[in-house]
Amino acid sequence: MAKTPVQFNLNGSPTAVFSDAGANLLDVLRRDVGDLTPKYGCGQGTCGTCTVLVDGEPRLSCLTLAESIEGCSVETVSGLANGAELDPLQIEFMEGFAAQCGYCTPGMLMAARALLNRNPNPTREDVVEAISGNICRCTGYESIIDAVLRAAARRTGRIA
Amino acid sequence: MSSIEFRKDLFADERNDDLKEIGKPTIRQDILGHVTGRSPYYDDHLFDGLLHLKCVRSPHHHARIRSIDTSAIEAMPGIKRVIRPEDVPNNLNTLLSLINFGRDDEALLQGKKVSYVGEPVLAIVAETEALARRACKKVHVEYEVLPHVLDPEEALKPEAPVVNEVYPNNTFDYHDLYDHQKLRFGDTENAFKSADHIIEGRYQLSPIEQAPTETCGAIAAPETNDRYVCYTGTQALFFSLGTTAKLLDMPSSRLHFVGGTVGGGFGGKVDSLHEPLAVLGAHLTGAPVKYTFDRQEEMQVGAPRGAERWFIKDGVMDDGRIVARQFTGLFDAGAYSRLSPYAIVKATGHLPGPYTIPNVSSNVYCVYTNRTPATAMRGFGITAVDFAIETHMDKVATHIGMNPIELRIRNAYRDGDMKAHRRLAKNTALIECCQVAAQKAGVRLSPELMADSSLHGGGIGERVAIPETIVDQDGKIGERRQKNLSLHPGDRSSPLSPVPEGTAGENVVAVPAQDPDMVMEPQRTGHGTGTPSPRSAPLVQAPSVERDRPMPAPQALPQQPTEPANEAAPYKPDKPFDRGVKRPGVSRFISGSRRR
Repeated sequence: MAKTPVQFNLNGSPTAVFSDAGANLLDVLRRDVGDLTPKYGCGQGTCGTCTVLVDGEPRLSCLTLAESIEGCSVETVSGLANGAELDPLQIEFMEGFAAQCGYCTPGMLMAARALLNRNPNPTREDVVEAISGNICRCTGYESIIDAVLRAAARRTGRIA
Repeated sequence: MSSIEFRKDLFADERNDDLKEIGKPTIRQDILGHVTGRSPYYDDHLFDGLLHLKCVRSPHHHARIRSIDTSAIEAMPGIKRVIRPEDVPNNLNTLLSLINFGRDDEALLQGKKVSYVGEPVLAIVAETEALARRACKKVHVEYEVLPHVLDPEEALKPEAPVVNEVYPNNTFDYHDLYDHQKLRFGDTENAFKSADHIIEGRYQLSPIEQAPTETCGAIAAPETNDRYVCYTGTQALFFSLGTTAKLLDMPSSRLHFVGGTVGGGFGGKVDSLHEPLAVLGAHLTGAPVKYTFDRQEEMQVGAPRGAERWFIKDGVMDDGRIVARQFTGLFDAGAYSRLSPYAIVKATGHLPGPYTIPNVSSNVYCVYTNRTPATAMRGFGITAVDFAIETHMDKVATHIGMNPIELRIRNAYRDGDMKAHRRLAKNTALIECCQVAAQKAGVRLSPELMADSSLHGGGIGERVAIPETIVDQDGKIGERRQKNLSLHPGDRSSPLSPVPEGTAGENVVAVPAQDPDMVMEPQRTGHGTGTPSPRSAPLVQAPSVERDRPMPAPQALPQQPTEPANEAAPYKPDKPFDRGVKRPGVSRFISGSRRR
């Protein structure tokens, strides 16, 4: 099968793969790059589990053609923490019990990350809107929303 | 609430009473993996040369397979193996066969007759998932479409098609005797006659898909030492291992199963559909094989919580006392047993809900229909009947004009009460729950009701007695469809019913007891027994057809010698175990530090 070279920036590191024609970004990240943090939930763009950031914007990697991210900057949960130092979002998800089975968590974190990048002081409604494309079947939405709000406060120095 | 007392019969030495965790976040032990995306789900294991398995599935509710033509894919490059029903070494199983419950009734790959939409008939192993999917579409299966049935009541009618040939009456066989699980406690029919009100209800619960975000699946690969490793998202690792060993006729020592983080299960990941096919694929191709549901399969083929239909009939007095309650339950198992027959036993043990009612009867049916087989989901067997019971309680309250919370407290079970399945109720707390609910909802209850407690008033007089119980032999296996019997307990359509008490309940067996422990205790069954007869009295056979034949004498235990007063106390360790888990609700016999 014909392979296409794709070069992009993954969590700050230049990355190049030969992708199968028509392969989606989720498969390429998981299989070819070996970044297993984005998860497969539905493969049809309805659950948000595979959300990654492409040039800062949330994208459903299961519906993103790998070839289309040539030259783009891709962020996944692997790049959230700075070494052993967790991102405020990760800390608040941990302390706020914002994950049960954990499967939707990478997608939730990336959707929240996109929100906080563009709006450092979101309202509760903004958070609800930002994660509205992400399904948590353990139905832990309230604690997720709380965690995102607390992370925003932590990032802007409103709480330590 | 001063009336609340937290009781703890178990782990009294390990439990603190300062439990104030509800509503507060807790740091989970696995949370760091979750927020860093490093928790290992089954699909997070990479293999070079991974092959993908997809199934050809039935498009029909019910159809006989005439022929399968795979010629279109045999020459396709990238197709590694076609797995046919005859490739499965022991192609018939039922999930609970591991605990000797029920007969094998389901094939891993169906070769003769499909009984639900999505039933797998063939598996294809290919280099890519897309290729496997394309190949599945090219397989030509010729079906002879059969009439189907999708409603449990329809399935019990004489003209209904046979869904599952292992159970030709469309019902699971309980105790090799009846087409339903019976519960008889007291005499509901008689109590209905003296009740001030008869209140009936019909309740229908729909199937519910667990819909985990991570779909069900497994990856298997040949290991060294002639073993297979299998990474799986199962909720029941040893269950899946045992099922795989049985279907593949392979010693379990050759199976190295690795579970891990489950991406949401909710009961839907116990059916062990993926591990056997993945291991078989790895066995037949010598390569790692992944078999996973895509989202559409998860929703269509993945087994949901089954539909249940409940009929409840209550006999109620003017003062709110429920004197009799009759249930008829229909579990829609779908095409195969899976866990439904077991859920019914569980449901029956739960009847009549958290209430003390002196007369209870119940017929619960595990019915096969041409729907997706049902399986576990969060409290299955209990959730639906609880919904029916509590909705019915509200209906009763409205009917007799009583506050629904008061009605519940008046009928609530209390510590020491005899339950319909002949076990004593303990750690009951319905009254306390009602009191808190009333407070939170701003409902004013009388001081008498607010002062009531589950600790008092139970376990005395009639509340602890097993009443004289009327039994019957309605609904023997196979009888229903021939004679179009009524579903409900007490509709005495069999010439054998009712039988005089103490003679021919289903607890009476024709085989002599092999051990004193196995002799039926009449005082636990509620049969009238008169004076105890010697143990050597002939055991009672099921009555023959002549209705007026005098019934043989009831059997009974000889009088037990009175226990000496200084009987040795049951074993109790001197001090608590210092190994293992110290969490409430976790068995102290789990040792080691893994779960600590």
